[in-house]
Amino acid sequence: MKIWVNGEIKNFEENLTVYNLVEEIGVASKKFAVECNGEIIPKSSLKDTLVKEGDKFEIVGAVGGG
Amino acid sequence: MKLSEQLVVDSTSDKFIVGSREFNSRLLVGTGKYKNFKETKEAITESGAEIVTVAIRRTNIGQNAGEPSLIDFIAPSDFTYLPNTAGCFNAEDSIRTLRLARELLDGHNLVKLEVLGDKETLYPNVIETIEAAKVLVKDGFEVMVYTSDDPIVAKMLEDIGCVAIMPLASLIGSGMGILNPWNLEIIIKNSSVPVIVDAGVGTASDASIAMELGCDGVLMNTAIAEAKNPIMMAGAMRKAVEAGREAYLAGRMNKKLYQADPSSPTSGLIK
Repeated sequence: MKIWVNGEIKNFEENLTVYNLVEEIGVASKKFAVECNGEIIPKSSLKDTLVKEGDKFEIVGAVGGG
Repeated sequence: MKLSEQLVVDSTSDKFIVGSREFNSRLLVGTGKYKNFKETKEAITESGAEIVTVAIRRTNIGQNAGEPSLIDFIAPSDFTYLPNTAGCFNAEDSIRTLRLARELLDGHNLVKLEVLGDKETLYPNVIETIEAAKVLVKDGFEVMVYTSDDPIVAKMLEDIGCVAIMPLASLIGSGMGILNPWNLEIIIKNSSVPVIVDAGVGTASDASIAMELGCDGVLMNTAIAEAKNPIMMAGAMRKAVEAGREAYLAGRMNKKLYQADPSSPTSGLIK
C-alpha cells in the first residue's frame, strides 16, 4: 500500500501498525510524535492503530530553534 | 513586579514564576543557529538558562534517522523545554504544532506561541495570535506568547489567560536592541503576568536595559549563537540579565536634568 510520510510517498506491506511504521523509518527509539490525517495518534495507541492505504503521516521531533 | 513591591524583595529570594512553574534564571535562550550540538550545550550551560526554546519539525526518515538530535545533548530532564511555533503563519498551524509538541514531550504544556505575519519582518500577526491563544489556553496549555509591543494587544493576550507576554524589542534576529522602551514600560505597568522581551536583543547592554525597565525576563537566541564567541557571550548575557534585574530591584536614583550634584562635601575646602 502507498502512504505519505513527511511529504514523501512510501510503499509498505499491509497489516502494518503505526508503531511498525515508526520502527521501519528508524525513529522508534527517538522522541517523536505522530499525526495521521491531521489527528494526533497518542503513544499509547501506536501499537493498536493500523496504517491504511493513502494515510498521510506527519512524524515530528524537536530541533534547535529560537 | 510592580514598583511598590521593590523594597521588600532582596535578590537572593527573587524567584521567576511563570504559570505553575518557578525558576531562578530570568534568561531564556533558543537552541538554534549554533555550529553543532556541542556548542549549543556549552553556550546554554554558560548562560545559566533553565528554559530553552525548541522548534518542532519533521524527523529525518530512512538513512538519516540515526543522526544525533538536540535531545541527546539538551536533555528535557535538565532543562524546561519551551516548544515554539516558529514558521507558523496562521492560528491553525500553530495550534497543530503545539499539540504535536505536547504529545512529543509527554504532556508538557508550557509553550511559546508565535504566529508570524510575513517572511521579511517575521513581525507577529496579532489577530491570528489572539485566535490561537484562545484555543490553546482552553485546551490546557500554559502559553507564553510572542507579540508586538502594542500595549492593547498585550493586555488582550493577558486577559485570554496567557502566562507570559513576550513583546519584541526589535525584529527577530536583527540584533537592533530595544527600539521602543516607552511601549515596553506601558506593557510592564499594565501586566500582572511576567513580561519577557523576546527578539531583537543584540548585546549585553540591551538585555540589561530590558531588565532595568522592569521586564521579568529576556529571551534570546541569535545574540548568543551569532556572536564571534557564543560561549563567552552566553556568560555576558547571564551577567547582564542579573545586573539589570538587581539594578531594577535596587531602584535607580532619580535623574536630575541639567543640574549637577557633587558627591564630595562642599565645605572644608582648603583656602
